[in-house]
Amino acid sequence: MSDRDLTCQELVELVTEYLEGGLSDDEREHFEKHVVECGGCSNYLDQIRVTIELAGRVTVDDLQDETKTGLLAAFREWKRQ
Amino acid sequence: MDEAEPTYAPPPGQDAIVAALRLGDDRAFAALVDEYGPAMLRVARMYVSTRAVAEEVVQEAWLGVIAGIGRFEGRASLKTWIFRILSNTAKTRGAREGRSVPFSSVTGGDGEGGEASVEADRFLSAGRWAGHWTSAPSRWSELPEERLVGGETMGVVERAIASLPDVQQAVITLRDVEGWSSDEVRNILDLSETNQRVILHRARAKVRRALEAYLDGERT
Repeated sequence: MSDRDLTCQELVELVTEYLEGGLSDDEREHFEKHVVECGGCSNYLDQIRVTIELAGRVTVDDLQDETKTGLLAAFREWKRQ
Repeated sequence: MDEAEPTYAPPPGQDAIVAALRLGDDRAFAALVDEYGPAMLRVARMYVSTRAVAEEVVQEAWLGVIAGIGRFEGRASLKTWIFRILSNTAKTRGAREGRSVPFSSVTGGDGEGGEASVEADRFLSAGRWAGHWTSAPSRWSELPEERLVGGETMGVVERAIASLPDVQQAVITLRDVEGWSSDEVRNILDLSETNQRVILHRARAKVRRALEAYLDGERT
């Protein structure tokens, strides 16, 4: 990365790489320096963290009860053999 | 039987689960179905046309697990082994339905050019401060808890995830809803590290935008 500072528009596209630990040391330093100095980007990073947190509370579509009952019956049948 | 590669150690508790399954412990089996069922449905949906077919695929995969548990050698985790059976079953079924494999695009369904995480008009387009916020994002973690995690907000998140392209939906579900590691997701969905990250990035950005439209009013 050049010594030119990141813009906010560039930073938002690096957020996932940052959170995944995919940035080089140099890139991470630029990223963190920008976030410390920029309220908007600090809030953006906070929003992504909240988004991840809320996604973690979503209830996912589960198998139907009859499917589960059928599978359990199949498992017991297998056990008998 | 060959020895497993020395670098692989099964997750704690796995040997006990495998032993219980082999002994026919139906509570161990039911617990596993409860734990992996939702994620299996989500993965199956990437390959087949409908929710109903996905349910059949998951059912068929579990029958494969039952039939094969005696042959499970512990070369990979039980979870990986189960999801390999699932994705093979789903691919076979999808091919029979004439569906193409969904990974045609690096971005997981957005088209090659992709799209920006945040609309371009939220940034200054010229001048010394080009690329900086025109209207900065607000701080959500300071919102009242009941607004942030209330039923309406969760509805927004659920609808946003449900409207993503299938691959993005699978990746964000496995990573952020189910809490899988990036290695697990890459391994089971056959994605490169970069690919997985780009898809996750797109998915999270869209859910964030939907949340912003709701939490901060119709600003988009």
